Amino acid sequence: MAQMMYRDAVLSTIAEEMARDPNVVVLGEDVVGGMGTPGGPEAIGGIWSTSTGLFGQFGADRVIDTPISESAIVGAAAGLALAGKRPVAELMFADFIGVSLDQIWNQMGKFRYMFGGKTKCPAVIRMAYGAGYNAAAQHSQSVHQILTGMPGLKVVIPSTPADVKGLLRTAIRDDDPVMFLEHKALYGMSGEVPDDPDFMIPFGHARLSRAGEDVTIVSSGLLLGFCEAVADKLAAEGIGCDVIDLRTTSPLDEETILDSVEVTGRLLVVDEAPPRCGLAVDLCALVAAKAFASLKAPPQAVTPPHTPIPFARELESAYLPSTDKIEAAVRALLAWR
Amino acid sequence: MQLSREALTRAYRQMKVIREFEERLHIEIQTGEIAGFTHLYCGQEAVAVGVCEHLSVDDKIVSTHRGHGHCLAKGCDVNGMMAEIWGSREGLCKGKGGSMHIADVDLGMLGANGIVGAGSPIGVGAALAAKLDGKGNVAITFSGDGACNQGTTFEAMNMAVVTKAPCIFLFENNHYSEHTGFEYAVGTQQDIASRAEAFGMKVWRGDGTDFFSVYETMREVLEYVRSGAGPAAVEFDTERFFGHFEGDPQRYRGPGELDRIRETRDCLKIFRASVTAAGLLSHADIDALDADVMAEIENAVTLARAADRPTADDVLTDVYISY
Ligand SMILES: Cc1ncc(C[n+]2csc(CCOP(=O)(O)OP(=O)(O)O)c2C)c(N)n1
Ligand SMILES: [Mg+2]
Repeated sequence: MAQMMYRDAVLSTIAEEMARDPNVVVLGEDVVGGMGTPGGPEAIGGIWSTSTGLFGQFGADRVIDTPISESAIVGAAAGLALAGKRPVAELMFADFIGVSLDQIWNQMGKFRYMFGGKTKCPAVIRMAYGAGYNAAAQHSQSVHQILTGMPGLKVVIPSTPADVKGLLRTAIRDDDPVMFLEHKALYGMSGEVPDDPDFMIPFGHARLSRAGEDVTIVSSGLLLGFCEAVADKLAAEGIGCDVIDLRTTSPLDEETILDSVEVTGRLLVVDEAPPRCGLAVDLCALVAAKAFASLKAPPQAVTPPHTPIPFARELESAYLPSTDKIEAAVRALLAWR
Repeated sequence: MQLSREALTRAYRQMKVIREFEERLHIEIQTGEIAGFTHLYCGQEAVAVGVCEHLSVDDKIVSTHRGHGHCLAKGCDVNGMMAEIWGSREGLCKGKGGSMHIADVDLGMLGANGIVGAGSPIGVGAALAAKLDGKGNVAITFSGDGACNQGTTFEAMNMAVVTKAPCIFLFENNHYSEHTGFEYAVGTQQDIASRAEAFGMKVWRGDGTDFFSVYETMREVLEYVRSGAGPAAVEFDTERFFGHFEGDPQRYRGPGELDRIRETRDCLKIFRASVTAAGLLSHADIDALDADVMAEIENAVTLARAADRPTADDVLTDVYISY
């Protein structure tokens, strides 16, 4: 085991996979950084430091610094993948899927099915998502609910450095297009990471990060840590929570959620995306449909409100789910009759 | 055409307001009081002011992530902007937008924008509205040398030509898009204007560090576009004095580059030198303006600091439904 930051787990996994497979290529804005400047290539990398040194190690053909052209970046990833390569494209902010959506949605997500299974599209689109930086309405969004609604895409949200490693490796080796969502507030998180060069975490397998018998809390990303903190606090009072880290929203590990709710009878989904037509209601519906008999209270969700993301510190913190809101929701579930 | 003393004074003052606004933010941001990403316009003042001095409130502009200068030049309230950047509910956008989303639509300032390249199509729409209204107004979209590579910019330029929209695509070439050089990212390795020309537009070029170059170029461009001849593009060569965003270590710059551009490419110094040499304004006139602006910015900061903070209830306003 090595101690490693979330961002370094991203970088080292890409580097290891590039060394292992010559078909892996990286592309995106400032992934080299400094191109065409007096400071020269790699004078400064991208703003998340998730591609530092790759250019020097693998060269310009495999580490492609692009102009600001998200539609072409994602489209080129689709084309690279159709032509047998394994692109790992970076969108600097997940919000920029808006610029490239056709290539994600109508193109790469549909090739395999539309072409009668005759092709694969092994592209990874990495993107920094999430609030917490006061980056306001166009640089803070959680986009997994949009992407999860698109058939053909796999959607991954790692919540720890170890999960970055295991899930990103799986993503790069996977033959379907994978949307890989990295929470920008987690880049500095440190954790143990297995050294095994083939360490992989299969998609569709959630992780139980806390165990308890009273309430099931499902979450991912930054908010997972909030849920764990609440579970730890309540455990001291004798209230037990299962905290389930989803890891992938597509495919979805229904079994882990349903097994847990069958014991606890109570579901709380804590999600950073807006409340309508999203993951939270999706999981509440799943439990209502498939674990109805074990429910002791109506499934509940804690999400931000149905508004764009505000800028000011006070507004953004009021917007985001907090440990207080999560704790109150757990207590309300327990008090329900 | 010779500018009146009053017009010169006004232009200088506007540039100085932008300069001090940004220089002060650069200092204040280091205290940690200001949240979020801030992209300073310092160095490019002559462009915003040389353009906007020609415009009325019925002419629209669409801005970028580096929008403070465009906003101030178009007449946005200094105190309201400072308060917005401070995240106050007394800010121009009630603290909801912040630095990257300042707007004052009533003044024809249709918004800074966090999405690079998003402004150009919006400018075409505003220009088509002006065409419908038939009063000779225009829309101007500001874009950087990075934004010129975005598909939205290409689409907007072609559509403006096809629809004869009174739209001006204004490119501020400060040679960098984030950490990447213009020579790398713009494939022609030449200018941006010639690209626009290839879309069938008439184009102009000017020195963005010289207010008079910008102002005179824009006089011609605006005359052309207001006459109903269709869209146009202009490229101004300019410099950004700070990092891409506050906190950028700028290792992509050459040795001494920042000192050199501050010394030889500072639009305020260039303006002062040319108006004093021509005897249009004296050093004392300009010093007095400087002092006046310093006081205005000081006041704006004091007000922003003391301004009302938003509360949790404000999250659910200005949206059509609250849940
Ligand atoms: C669609 C989109 N892609 C990328 C970014 C990140 N980004 C913000 S500003 C910028 C560089 C813009 O360069 P340029 O257009 O030259 O403007 P300048 O910063 O020089 O004013 C980038 C890449 C963004 N905000 N939006
Ligand atoms: Mg630029």
